[in-house]
Amino acid sequence: MYTSEFDYRRANTLAEAFELLAQDPEAKLLAGGHSLIPAMKLRLANPSMLVDISQLSELKGIGLEGEVITIGAMVTHRNIEFSSLLKSHLPILPEAASLIGDPAVRNKGTIGGALAHADPAADYPAVMIALDASFKLASPNGSRVLRAEDFFQGLFETALAEGEILSEIHIPLRAGYQMAYEKFAHPASRYAVVGVGVLMKTANGICQDIRVGLTGAADYARRLNKVEDALNGQSLSKTVTQTASQDAVDVDSLLSDNFAPSDYRQHLLTVICSRALNRAAQLS
Amino acid sequence: MATEKYFGQSLKRVEDPRFITGTGSYTDDISLPHMVHAAMLRSPYAHAKLSSINTSAALDMPGVLKILVGQDLLDAKIGSIPTGWLHPGIKLPPHYAITPDKARFVGDIVAAVIAETRQIAEDALQLIEVDYEPLDSVTLGSDALKDGAPQIHQEAEDNRCFTWHIGDKIEIDAMFAKAAHSVSVTLRNNRLVPNAIEPRASLAQYSKASDEFTLWTTSQNPHIHRLMLAAFIMGIPEHKLRVIAPDVGGGFGSKIYQYPEEVIVLHASRLLGRPVKWSARRTESFLSDSHGRDHETEAEMCVNAEGKVLAMRVKTIANMGAYLTTFAPAVPTYLYGCLLSGTYPFKGIYCEVHAPFTNTVPVDAYRGAGRPEATYLVERLMDMMAGKLGIDPAEFRRQNFIPADAFPYQTPVALVYDSGNYEPALDKAMEMIGYQALREKQAALRQEGRYLGIGIISFLEACGLAPSALVGSLGAQAGQWESALIRAMPTGKIEVFTGTHSHGQGHETSFAQVVADELQVPVADVVLIHGDTGRMPYGWGSYGSRSAAVGLNAIKLAADKINHKAKRIAAHLLEAAVEDIEHSQGNFHVKGFADKSKSFFDIALQAHLAHNYPTDLEPGLEASHFYDPSNFVYPFGTHIAVVELDGDTGQVKLIDYACVDDCGPIINPLIAEGQVHGGIAQGLGQALLEEAIYDDSGQLLNASFLEYTMPRADDTVMFKLGHTITPSPHNPLGIKGIGEAGTIASTAAIANAVVDALKPFGIDHLDMPYTPSKLWRAMQTAKQRGLGQAAD
Repeated sequence: MYTSEFDYRRANTLAEAFELLAQDPEAKLLAGGHSLIPAMKLRLANPSMLVDISQLSELKGIGLEGEVITIGAMVTHRNIEFSSLLKSHLPILPEAASLIGDPAVRNKGTIGGALAHADPAADYPAVMIALDASFKLASPNGSRVLRAEDFFQGLFETALAEGEILSEIHIPLRAGYQMAYEKFAHPASRYAVVGVGVLMKTANGICQDIRVGLTGAADYARRLNKVEDALNGQSLSKTVTQTASQDAVDVDSLLSDNFAPSDYRQHLLTVICSRALNRAAQLS
Repeated sequence: MATEKYFGQSLKRVEDPRFITGTGSYTDDISLPHMVHAAMLRSPYAHAKLSSINTSAALDMPGVLKILVGQDLLDAKIGSIPTGWLHPGIKLPPHYAITPDKARFVGDIVAAVIAETRQIAEDALQLIEVDYEPLDSVTLGSDALKDGAPQIHQEAEDNRCFTWHIGDKIEIDAMFAKAAHSVSVTLRNNRLVPNAIEPRASLAQYSKASDEFTLWTTSQNPHIHRLMLAAFIMGIPEHKLRVIAPDVGGGFGSKIYQYPEEVIVLHASRLLGRPVKWSARRTESFLSDSHGRDHETEAEMCVNAEGKVLAMRVKTIANMGAYLTTFAPAVPTYLYGCLLSGTYPFKGIYCEVHAPFTNTVPVDAYRGAGRPEATYLVERLMDMMAGKLGIDPAEFRRQNFIPADAFPYQTPVALVYDSGNYEPALDKAMEMIGYQALREKQAALRQEGRYLGIGIISFLEACGLAPSALVGSLGAQAGQWESALIRAMPTGKIEVFTGTHSHGQGHETSFAQVVADELQVPVADVVLIHGDTGRMPYGWGSYGSRSAAVGLNAIKLAADKINHKAKRIAAHLLEAAVEDIEHSQGNFHVKGFADKSKSFFDIALQAHLAHNYPTDLEPGLEASHFYDPSNFVYPFGTHIAVVELDGDTGQVKLIDYACVDDCGPIINPLIAEGQVHGGIAQGLGQALLEEAIYDDSGQLLNASFLEYTMPRADDTVMFKLGHTITPSPHNPLGIKGIGEAGTIASTAAIANAVVDALKPFGIDHLDMPYTPSKLWRAMQTAKQRGLGQAAD
């Protein structure tokens, strides 16, 4: 063991998790652990206590109520990838889940853990923004609901307040919509260098409604309003999507690294964005 | 009893059940009573003077037993870690396990903590206060050789470790002057991190009662470790040190070398009287396992008016890193310069190598060791020349092969190729991939703005590192023969001991197949024992694809001795003359009298009972043999890679791969194919994905699997494998080697394929790795010059 010393406690109920968190200001929640444990091994994170919520049954289901699908925060990527309910109603979500890491990661990693961690290159955020999902943030004093596009606020930063737990994800059904998630993966981490999620409604080749979410390119996931504006009400063609994708590059705080320097990332953004738009619009 | 030969059969590996069910025993799996743990404090600076080290706060931590700094080792008369290969004039600055004066790379050990638990040891590292005085650093070989570069070792002026050359420059210059055509290239062969799946680990135990040490360690060659530790570093009498390499999870060269951590745990176990274990974290593997490649090269090739190869001129700067490790000086010289003739009859080759020290992890042999670098260079130049002459690259190679009747073939760079027949391998590979149709498809796709690339290479390697007198004359500080001991037991079961080591190669299976054939016994009756200096005979270990070519031939010759003795015992038991005894169908019988026969068991039992036994024969049934081959062996082949380049993103994807390897007769095709598969993937890693990147301050930027890209299954395709068989004429089994061939060949094949895909952009060379941003940038630049549009 080469982490710092820490206590490990498994919570049996959400209430118990809140209690444990309250006991120790240095405590951290443990879900799938695929980001937290490596950080602890590198001693970049040194929590004094891990509160394991990965087994909480109240955070585990995928269900449909009325026009809304609810996903528990501790549902694994693997369960999302293979959920027949999601495949038939929100196929973009299983598709994105299938592109996360590798099977070992998908078996352990959870959707709530990934969203709360807010890695700038994670896949779900782009999809959540495109689907206009909202997140239930539970706390001992009750809960609040926040739209995905308001949840991500910076590099590894979210709207989660001290002591809050992201407990559920709510996604409205999107009958009659087409959706696509396109990703350019980093070959080592398989995180998105650029990931674009598109939700689109068309009639007679004209874009009636559109939402575009972006991940990977910048410090946190965001909505590409300019691309949406460029396409809303437009007759769709590859030229039109291509032109609209050029607007995607107008992104603040573009990330840059050895694998994808900012000019290349900017170029990738237009390519991946237009691929996602074309697929959603079924333009081949 | 066995009647069918095991040689050539794809037996499943006997090792695999334990490996794939997690029941293997690796060094880190071993726990001993009263064992304590070591952790290493590594320099965060690439180059820094150590002004002072304050360990008192760390020592005060409960559970901390000992903290060692460089001076402690000097005081204990622990010596520098030597290199195993010398060149005339080579500079040999000391390499202490814990550096006493300054840190020379990020990862250099400045202190070691020994504590009751690993966690305490790791915690204590954070309490050691080191006063570093940062110095300017240099990571690129050519920069290290520049005037005014930071001086890394006072013993090596201008950071020059050695210079080496082969060939007569004046003679070669004259050839170039008269040549009809020439091409030139400037290239960087990217630095690689070996990344064996099992990180390095060492466990040392000192017994006060016997004054003996046992070291379990991740080694490809336990006898070399024992020799270096005993004779040069620790001052332990060689017979008082036992080195055990239990299951080892991959080496690729990186576990040949003598590393500091083994020295530290041995010394600490002596001081504390308790077993001391160290296991690398993955980050430590990145920062301390010897890296591979890292060449900067300028080279030219010329041909005559008929397009026949004439000469090559090569200047290479080979980065040695901060210290010399065990084989480092041999890799960019004898394993590189001497391989530059490839499969072609060059009239002359001149190669000069400059080897500087830099503030980086030491560089040494990594799968292929020098030969991938040579093959990449030669095959890039061959492609460039084919392009210049307007000849198809396959045809250009065919026109230039050393002819099949020219063997043994003396190259202009010292080596004498034992056997070869290059054209059939080329033909077969071209047929397997459908070469002509692919070229047509490529032309059609280019019209659509799609970029297919086809890379074809012919390779040759020298392996089976052997003739001891030869390697000795070239600078090796070790012999390179192998020995074997075969011991039959009273029940007829057989133990085979070898000095080679299996860390993924499947020797327990393939070697047993050969022994079972020779002795005509069931393969299940044979067990291979390796990796323990306390049990096995002397041997120099496994690297350079030498285990079968050298070690297994030693075993074969020991088996001949067993059979010879068994015949004498059979003759006695059957009351016949020795020359009338035949060994067939698993029995020793009298010629013409199949019923007058004795089984191997009968003979082994009688050899041990010695109740009814020849009076002039020693009891027992065991034999050993020391085998020193007369030459290297020279496997060869043709590999063809097909890639498609995404013109929008610059991403390149391998889409087809065919290869024909000739490694002589194949013992176990399943294992040989596995070696080729892994080798191709590893070469693909260098070509497309892998590169250790240092920043200006000497930090290794991608020291984790989040950033450093290892090849994965989905980066590859279903490889099409074929072989031709050209036996080596000089070893008893006729076998060559296959452990490195895939890597040596595939790096160049995939590189040539990517450059071929870039042809419409007017690009005839680009350095590996072919990352998407690099290819995108190259295409952008070309487009600005009006190149690379569809239908170009």
